[in-house]
Amino acid sequence: MKSLRKKKSDYAALYWLMAPGLVYFFIFRYIPMLGTLVAFKDVAPFEGIEAIFTAPWVGLKHFRKFISSVFFWNIMGNTFILAGLRMIFEFGLPIVLALMINEVRLLKFKKAVQTISYLPYFVSNVVLAGMVFNLLSLHGGLIPEIIRFFGGQPEYYVGMSDTFRPVLVTAIVWKNLGWGTIIYLAALTGIDPQLYEAAEIDGAGRWQQTIRITLPSISYAIAIMFLLRISVVLNQGYEETLLLYSPAVYKTADIIDTYVFRTGLEQMNFSFATAVGFFKSLLALALVGLSNWTTKKLGQDSLYA
Amino acid sequence: MSAIFPTRGEKIFRGFNGSLLILISLLFLVPFLTVFMTSFLSEQEYIQRGPFVLFPEKFDFGAYKMLLFQGDAVLTAYKNTIFRTVVGTILQVGATSLLAYGLSKSDLPGRKIVISALIICIVFPVQIIPLFLLNKSLGLIDSIWSLIWPRLINTQYVFIMMAFFRQIPASLEESAKLDGCSVFQTFVRIILPLSLPSLVTIGLFYAVWQWNDWFDAAMFLISQGKLPVQNLMRTILLSSTMSEVITTGQTPPPGEAIKGAVIVISTLPILAAYPFIQKYFVKGMMIGSVKG
Repeated sequence: MKSLRKKKSDYAALYWLMAPGLVYFFIFRYIPMLGTLVAFKDVAPFEGIEAIFTAPWVGLKHFRKFISSVFFWNIMGNTFILAGLRMIFEFGLPIVLALMINEVRLLKFKKAVQTISYLPYFVSNVVLAGMVFNLLSLHGGLIPEIIRFFGGQPEYYVGMSDTFRPVLVTAIVWKNLGWGTIIYLAALTGIDPQLYEAAEIDGAGRWQQTIRITLPSISYAIAIMFLLRISVVLNQGYEETLLLYSPAVYKTADIIDTYVFRTGLEQMNFSFATAVGFFKSLLALALVGLSNWTTKKLGQDSLYA
Repeated sequence: MSAIFPTRGEKIFRGFNGSLLILISLLFLVPFLTVFMTSFLSEQEYIQRGPFVLFPEKFDFGAYKMLLFQGDAVLTAYKNTIFRTVVGTILQVGATSLLAYGLSKSDLPGRKIVISALIICIVFPVQIIPLFLLNKSLGLIDSIWSLIWPRLINTQYVFIMMAFFRQIPASLEESAKLDGCSVFQTFVRIILPLSLPSLVTIGLFYAVWQWNDWFDAAMFLISQGKLPVQNLMRTILLSSTMSEVITTGQTPPPGEAIKGAVIVISTLPILAAYPFIQKYFVKGMMIGSVKG
């Protein structure tokens, strides 16, 4: 009996320790979640979060306005194109780089390549943007200089809607590529070397070994990373876009999140921006559900409980 | 693996692979190098050779002198960044580890409910407008605390720390309890010292975020004097004339040099610490991605 009472007081003590965290989640995560209701209301710029109770209901007005606006299809298209490009390059290239690094036999060289490739991950997005502007500067930036050297006529690639996406995706990939290899490199070290020996005796070449042993061995890691990424892909990339874009490239650069930032915080259309953001949350939720369902179909634990 | 007697094809493959990796490494390094070198340009050399040089003829520290010694914009911003990084990281690690510790006890009543509540937070990220309205109501707008409280806990890190804590044998805690330790004492004296590597890992993740963030500060801060380094840098990088940001002297260094210098100044602390912290990051990343 005594031990039970002791246990109970232990649990109480644990909850006291958890209290700061729990209070944080209640105030800064759950209240804003409830605050999404302002999407169905008309909130004036001077109001606070109380507006979820005080402001008048307007139903789906803001959603209708967004869906029927001239920007709608453009923004939706841009959002999904950027997400798709990131899925292809930011997801695919780390696997390739990890396979290449894994083939290196010289340990010091391997370590050096890894260390260098992780480096860009630690610079801020502001610095990333600064480097892009520096490298693409028409007044002597490295890339225009190279193009001039080969007799070409460089243009201002960050400021043109045709070239904005390649610039943006290259910058993002440059920053995250090396860091993305970590999980695959770890998976690669777990492969039993005997598999390769056996394959070699059977006459498998380097290429066949990669296809038949290496890739199947890390397929679990690849699948998990793919699914994790699908579920968050719509929530990423807005900071880089915000820092690099300009009105000249809105046609190809404007995504849901940047549109929310502009209409919401810069033009103070709080309710409208929240409606747009909520619309995106629904899309993101659908992607989470899709990836969770896919994992279950594949016979693995679902990603989210 | 034919490691001992490589065939001709094997040798060609390795040579090709190695060269490609060297090339890729250069692609990672060259942007850093060019920005670094640009920061040492003088007005004279700028006019003669244009802003891009792989190696300046003369290293000119004008841009640094101007940023650091004329006006206190940079130093103030630096102070703000250091404050939010140090205070923010301590509070974040504290709150995260305490919550994770409680949740690592599998017999804790209500544990499942709390964990589900956290998972919902991963699925629904905070929307910026409701968060802005909340901060307004709490009086956090234009306060440095708006950079700390709203992002006190990263939900993913709670799960990473939970995984760390669960590896600690329960018998250690039991014996501490027998010796008369309270739950809090057990946590501070037994658990924290044992999980130092994980605390460092999570702390570094938080610190890098605090150091690099500009978005929250752009949303919640108004006064120039409260902005962190990244936001000052953003203003400088986006402006064509420097005079808006910093009072200029008689012969200002070229704008490109100032932009380079401000990048170097704001990135140097992280790059300097990078060799020491890298292994922790990698370890933390691994544990976080295995499950959670």
